[in-house]
Amino acid sequence: MASILRFRKLYYVEQAVKCSSVGFESLDQSPKIDQKLDKKEEDVISANNLALGINKRKRAKEWRCIDSCCWIIGCLCTTWLLLLLLCHCWPVTLLRVPELPGPGARLKREGLTALHPVVLVPGIVTGGLELWEGKPCADGLFRKRLWGGSFTEIFKRPLCLLEHLSLHYETGLDPPGIRLRAVPGMVAADYFAPGYFVWAVLIENLAKIGYEGKNLHMAAYDWRLSFQNTEIRDHALTRLKTKIELMYITNGYKKVVVVPHSMGVIYFLHFLKWVETPPPIGGSGGPGWCAKHIKAIMNIGPAFLGVPKAVSILFSAEGKDASYLRAMAPGVFDSEILGLQTFEHVLRMSRTWDSIVSLLPKGGDTIWGNMDWSPEEGHVCDFSKKSHSQTSLSDNNVNNSDVKRGFRVKDLAKYGRIISFGKAASVLHSSKLPTVDSKEFSRTSASLNFNISCGDIWTEYDEMSRQSIQNVAADKAYTSTALIDLLRLVAPKMMRRAEAHFSHGIADNLDDPKYNHYKYWSNPLETKLPDAPDMEIYCLYGVGLPTERSYVYKLSPSSRCKSIPYKIDSSISGEENSCLRGGVYFADGDESVPVLSAGFMCAKGWRGRTRFNPSGIATYIREYRHKPPTSLLEGRGIESGSHVDIMGNSALIEDILCVAAGATGYEIGGDRIHSDILRMSERINLPL
Amino acid sequence: MSLLRRRKPINESSDSKPLLEKEEEQHHQEDHDEDDNDDGNGKNKKTPSKIRKERGEKPPSPPPPPPQSKWSCLDTCCWFIGCICITWWLLLFLYNAMPASFPQYVTEAITGPLPDPPGVKLKKEGLEAKHPVVFVPGIVTGGLELWEGRECAEGLFRKRLWGGTFGEVYKRPLCWLEHMSLDNETGLDPCGIRVRPVSGLVAADYFAPGYFVWAVLIANLARIGYEEKNMYMAAYDWRLSFQNTEVRDQTLSRIKSNIELLVATNGGRKVVAIPHSMGVLYFLHFMKWVEAPAPMGGGGGPDWCSKHIKAVVNIGGPFLGVPKAIAGLFSAEAKDIAVARALAPGFLDNDIFQFQTLQHMMRMSRTWDSTMSMIPRGGDTIWGGLDWSPEEGYSCSKKREQKNDTQITDQAGAENAVCKARSVNYGRMISFGKDVAEAPSSEIERIDFRGAIKGHSAANTTCRDVWTEYHDMGFAGIKAVAEYKTYTAESIVDLLHFIAPKMMARGTAHFSYGIAENLDDPKYKHYKYWSNPLETTLPNAPDMEIFSLYGVGLPTERAYVYKLSPHAECSIPFKIDTSADDEDTCLRDGVYSVDGDETVPVLSAGFMCAKGWRGKTRFNPSGIRTYVREYNHSPPANLLEGRGTLSGAHVDIMGNFALIEDVIRIAAGASGEELGGDQVHSDIFNWSEKIKLQLDDDTPAHSSR
Repeated sequence: MASILRFRKLYYVEQAVKCSSVGFESLDQSPKIDQKLDKKEEDVISANNLALGINKRKRAKEWRCIDSCCWIIGCLCTTWLLLLLLCHCWPVTLLRVPELPGPGARLKREGLTALHPVVLVPGIVTGGLELWEGKPCADGLFRKRLWGGSFTEIFKRPLCLLEHLSLHYETGLDPPGIRLRAVPGMVAADYFAPGYFVWAVLIENLAKIGYEGKNLHMAAYDWRLSFQNTEIRDHALTRLKTKIELMYITNGYKKVVVVPHSMGVIYFLHFLKWVETPPPIGGSGGPGWCAKHIKAIMNIGPAFLGVPKAVSILFSAEGKDASYLRAMAPGVFDSEILGLQTFEHVLRMSRTWDSIVSLLPKGGDTIWGNMDWSPEEGHVCDFSKKSHSQTSLSDNNVNNSDVKRGFRVKDLAKYGRIISFGKAASVLHSSKLPTVDSKEFSRTSASLNFNISCGDIWTEYDEMSRQSIQNVAADKAYTSTALIDLLRLVAPKMMRRAEAHFSHGIADNLDDPKYNHYKYWSNPLETKLPDAPDMEIYCLYGVGLPTERSYVYKLSPSSRCKSIPYKIDSSISGEENSCLRGGVYFADGDESVPVLSAGFMCAKGWRGRTRFNPSGIATYIREYRHKPPTSLLEGRGIESGSHVDIMGNSALIEDILCVAAGATGYEIGGDRIHSDILRMSERINLPL
Repeated sequence: MSLLRRRKPINESSDSKPLLEKEEEQHHQEDHDEDDNDDGNGKNKKTPSKIRKERGEKPPSPPPPPPQSKWSCLDTCCWFIGCICITWWLLLFLYNAMPASFPQYVTEAITGPLPDPPGVKLKKEGLEAKHPVVFVPGIVTGGLELWEGRECAEGLFRKRLWGGTFGEVYKRPLCWLEHMSLDNETGLDPCGIRVRPVSGLVAADYFAPGYFVWAVLIANLARIGYEEKNMYMAAYDWRLSFQNTEVRDQTLSRIKSNIELLVATNGGRKVVAIPHSMGVLYFLHFMKWVEAPAPMGGGGGPDWCSKHIKAVVNIGGPFLGVPKAIAGLFSAEAKDIAVARALAPGFLDNDIFQFQTLQHMMRMSRTWDSTMSMIPRGGDTIWGGLDWSPEEGYSCSKKREQKNDTQITDQAGAENAVCKARSVNYGRMISFGKDVAEAPSSEIERIDFRGAIKGHSAANTTCRDVWTEYHDMGFAGIKAVAEYKTYTAESIVDLLHFIAPKMMARGTAHFSYGIAENLDDPKYKHYKYWSNPLETTLPNAPDMEIFSLYGVGLPTERAYVYKLSPHAECSIPFKIDTSADDEDTCLRDGVYSVDGDETVPVLSAGFMCAKGWRGKTRFNPSGIRTYVREYNHSPPANLLEGRGTLSGAHVDIMGNFALIEDVIRIAAGASGEELGGDQVHSDIFNWSEKIKLQLDDDTPAHSSR
C-alpha cells in the first residue's frame, strides 16, 4: 500500500508540472472559473484517456489471461474449501453407507470374548522399513519409513532409496553405513500405504471382541533378510519367543494363536524349528516349547511350497503386471523414471534380498510337475467368464463345465515347465525338445568372454557372455528342479549366498543329521513339525483367481550394457479358454500363490500322521472363493479371495476370531474346499 | 490490488489538478470509477459483438449496463484467493525442491557454525553402543490410543486421543473428555471404553508434531549405533496408578520381560534406564515391584536389579512430588492457566467446551490416579512448616540478574540473601490471601477445618452433569477450608482428603506421602509405598548408579496465594489470586516461585541424590552411588534454534546437548566418576543440609519441626 501511495504522490507532482498552463492561473479564482476548469479538466481527462487508451487496452489484455487464471484457480479453491468444510461438518453417520456389522461386532453379540493371545506374522513386502542410519543423500529421513507409507521419497530421490533398500550382495546383511530396520509394533503392517489395509481390518475385528496391546502382537521382522539373519542381526526370533512366553504368562497361561500371512508362514515354520533347537543356532526352548505355548497356527495365503512369481522376479524382475505394462508402454520403464533402466535397478535390488529366494518353488519336479506332467493337469481357465458373469450361475455350472471342457480342450497347459523359451517349447512333447543337461551349465565359456566394456557390474547378467545367454535360451524348457540350476547359472553369487539359508528339495530321510541345519527349517518338505499333538494347523486361502504358474520367455532384443537379457513374451496368448495369457500360464489360486503351494501340506503332506508330521497335528483347509466387490463403495470387498485383500474377507476373519476365542478346527466346520486341491494332491507322488 | 491497478489511469487523469481541490477530485474519481467500469464493460461486450460482425450478423442493441459492482467484488475475491493459492503452491514447491540442508545453511550463516550434535561428536571420539537403553516417559507426554469406544468416537479406532494433533479435542470435546476419563470409583477403564498406551518408540518421541520429547535423544543415540534392538520405550498408561498398569495391562511384567530380553540379546550387558518426570517414580515402583514375591510383585528375586540394571539416569525427577500437582488438584489451574484466566476472564469458563472448561478438566484429571503420585511427599520435614522452609533466603532477583550479567550473579545473590530480612514462607504452600502468606505464624488465626460440617450442597441440581466433588461440599465446607488460612505440605494432604474424599480414598490405596520411621516395618511391603523414596529402601545393588539430571535457573512454582472464587455456584470455589504480586519475595500472579526447571523444584529433583541416598543411608542400605548433575538454563539465542540446545526447562531439557552427552556417555559405559561426579549450580546441598531427616538406621526418631 505504501508504495502505491507514493506512486500517487509522484503523479500529483508530475501532473501539476505538466498541466501548469491549464491549472495554475486559476488557482485562487472564483467558483465560476472552477466550473470552467472542470470542463477543461474533462477535456484533459478525455485526452489523457485517449492517449492512455491504447496503452490501457494493451495492459488489460496482458493482464486478462493471468487474471482469469487467478480467478479460475480462486474459484476452484473456494469451492474446494467450501466442500471440505461441508464434508467436515457433515455428520459422520449420514455420509457413510449403512454397513453390515463386521464379523467382530456380530460375534461379540454372540458372546465371544478374547481368550487366546494372538500373534500376527506379516509377510514379504507388506512390512514397513525405517531408516536408522544412512548415507548423506538420505538426510532428514531418520526414523522415517522408506518402505511402506506414502513412498514419496521414491519419487524424490529414487536412486538414493534403491541404495538404501538394497542389502550387501555378498553377506545379505546391511551394507556398510546403512541401517534400515523393521518398523515395530502394530503400525508395521496394519496399512501398507495410506488407505491400503493389510492387517488393519483383522485387528479392528479382533479389538471388537476385546483384544488390545497386551494380547495382540505383531511380529514385525525385516522381510528382506533370510530368516536366520533376522535373528543374527536383530534378534527377531528371540524377541518373538520372549513375546509369546510373556503373553502366555500374562494372559493366564492361555496358549497363543499365531496368524502368519504369505511369507510369514514359512518364517514361522522356521521359528517353530528354531525355538526348539538348542543354542547356539537355536532358541533353546526345549522340545516341548511349541506344545506348551501354541494353540493353533492359522496360515493365511501360505506359500509353503514357494511361488512361481518369485522365479520371474529373480529371473527378469517382472511379474504378470509388470510385463503387461512393459508391453503397453515399451520404453517407459527402460528409460525414464529412474534415469534409466527401471527393471535393471529393481532386479539388482531384489537380488540382494535373500527372502525372495525362500519363495522359489520347493519340492522340485515331484511337486510342481515335470516336462509332460503336472498336478494341475486339466485345469480349465474360464476365469474371464467366471469372474465377470453372474456368480450364482457359474457356481452351479462350474462342476459340469469343468468336466466337459476337461475332455474338450486338447492343448493342456504343461505347467511343469515353469520357464520355457518360445511358445513352442511350452507345448511340444518333451521328446521333441532338446534335452536340458545340467552339465551344460558350466560357466567356463562365460568367464572367457567376460564383458569388460560395461563398467561396474550391476547384475550378474553382466558377467555372462552373449553365447551363454543364448545357450540358456535355445528353445528349452525348465522344470522347477532345472530352474534352480538355471538360477545358479545366471546368478551364481546370489544363489551361493542364499542357499546357505534356504533349501528347495525333498528330504529322503528326515532323520539324517544334516537336517538339523537351519537352512532346511523353512522348507516343509525337509523338516518335521514339532511334537505338539494338541496344536492345530490351518491353511486359509483364496481360490478362484488366475494365478501365475509358468512363463514363456524370449530373449530381449536390446543388447545394451546392464540390460536384462530375458523377458516374458507378452505377445503370446492362447485361445479363449486356454490358460496362456500374455506369456503367462495361469492356474487356480489367490493371484499370487497357486492352490498347490498353499494347500498341499495341509491336504496331504501333513494330513494324519506322516513323516513330516510325526505327532499327528490336526490340519484343516479353509478355502474362500473369490467374489469381486459388487460396487465401488465396497472398496476391496469383504468376500475377496486375492492374496492380500483376503485379510478383509469376513468369512476368514470370522474363522480366526472363533479360533482365537477358543474354538477348535472341528467346531468351525473342518475342511471347506472349493478347488481341486485334494485331487491335485492325490496326483503328487510323495512318499509319506 | 486489482482495484488499485484499475484506478491508476484515473489518477493520472484526475491528478492533473491542483492539490487544493481534493474534495472535488474525489467526486470526480468516483464518477470516473463508474466510467471506467462502464468502459471495461464496453470492452467486454465488444468482443462478442465483433464476432457477430464477422459472422455478418447485426449487432444487437446496446445492452443495459449490468450490475457490475456486485460481480467485481466476488471476482476480485476469487482473483485474490487465486493469487494467494498460486503463491502458496509456488512457495510449497520451492520448499519441497529446496535441498534438505538449506535451513541448516541459513542458520549457520546467521549464527555461525553450529556445534556438532553430541551423537556425532561422541562418535568421532569412538564411542559405541554398549548398554541397552530403556526409556520411561513421564506423565502427559505418552500417547494414548483408542481400542474400544462409545458411538461418538466412531472412526477413531487406534487413533491417538492423546498426543499427536489433538484434532479430536476440537471436533468433539465432550466425547473426548468422556473417553479420556477413567472410572471414578475404580480408577480403571469405564464401561465400554478402552484407551491404551501407544507402544514402541513412537509412544513419546514427539508429543505433538514438531514438539519433541525423546526424539532428539533417540536420534543422538542412534548415531553411535543404537537401534530398536537395544532401545526400548517402556510406554505405560500414565493416567493409571502404577500398580494398576500391571493389573490392567501387565505393563510392569512387560517391562521386566523386555529388560531381560535386552540383557540377554546384548551379550549380558546391563540396562541403562532413563526415566523422565513421573517416569522416575514409576521406575522406582518398578524396581521394588520386580523384586517383590509373586502375587503382588514380579517375582524377580532379591538381586534382579543388580543383575539387570547398570544405572538409573533420572531426568527432571519429581522424587518428592511437585507443588504444581496441588494447584492442579485443588483448582485445576497452574500458573499459566491462572494468568490466562486473569487476562481473559470468562473465556475459559464459557467457550471451548460450551461451559466450564476448568470444571471439565478437573473432573477428568481427578479420575487419573497418577496425578496423586505427584503430591508433595515427606510433609513438613521436607517442604517446610509455617515459618520455615529449606529454600529460605532464596532470592528471585538472582534470576533477573542472570540475564543481564552472569558474572556478578554470585556476589549479588549472596548479598541479597544476607540483607533480606523478609524471606518467603515457602512452607505455606497454600495461603488464603497475600497477607496471610507473609504474616508471622503467631498472628494467623486458624480454625481447623477437619471436623467442619460440610452442609448440604446447594449447587448439585443446577450444575448440569459436570461433577466435581466440590458440589458435595456446600458453602460451610468451603468456608471452613478458607478459614484455616494456610496449609503446609502435611496439612495439604488432609485438605485434599477433606475436599475430595472419594478421589483421595482411591489415591491413598496406591500412594503414600509420609516418611517411614522404621523401614523394616512389614507394612512397607505394600505396593502403595513403593513409589515414595522416603518409604522404601533402594534395591540391594551396590554396583548400580543413580543419577539425577535436571535443569535449574528457571522460576518454578512452589507455593500459592488463593482466594475464594466470587461466583460460587457451579464452579470451582477456589482460585489463584493473580492480583497478588510482590517484587521482593518472588510472588508473581499469586505464585511464589523458586529455583527449578519450571515444573519440578530443585528440592524435589535433587534431595534424594544429594542427601537422602548419598552414601549408605537407611533408604539406600547397599550404598548405591548417586550423582547430581544440574544444567543451567539459558534460553535459545534466536528463533531459529527452536527450543534451544541449552535449555533447562522440564521437557526441553531432553534436547539439551550437555545432558544428551552425559546420557550417551553413560550408555556407552562411563561411570559417574568418569563423567565428572556432581555438577551443581543451585543451592541444593545447602538446602539439603537444612532438612532434618533421619538417615541412620539405629534410632528411629521422628524429626520434624
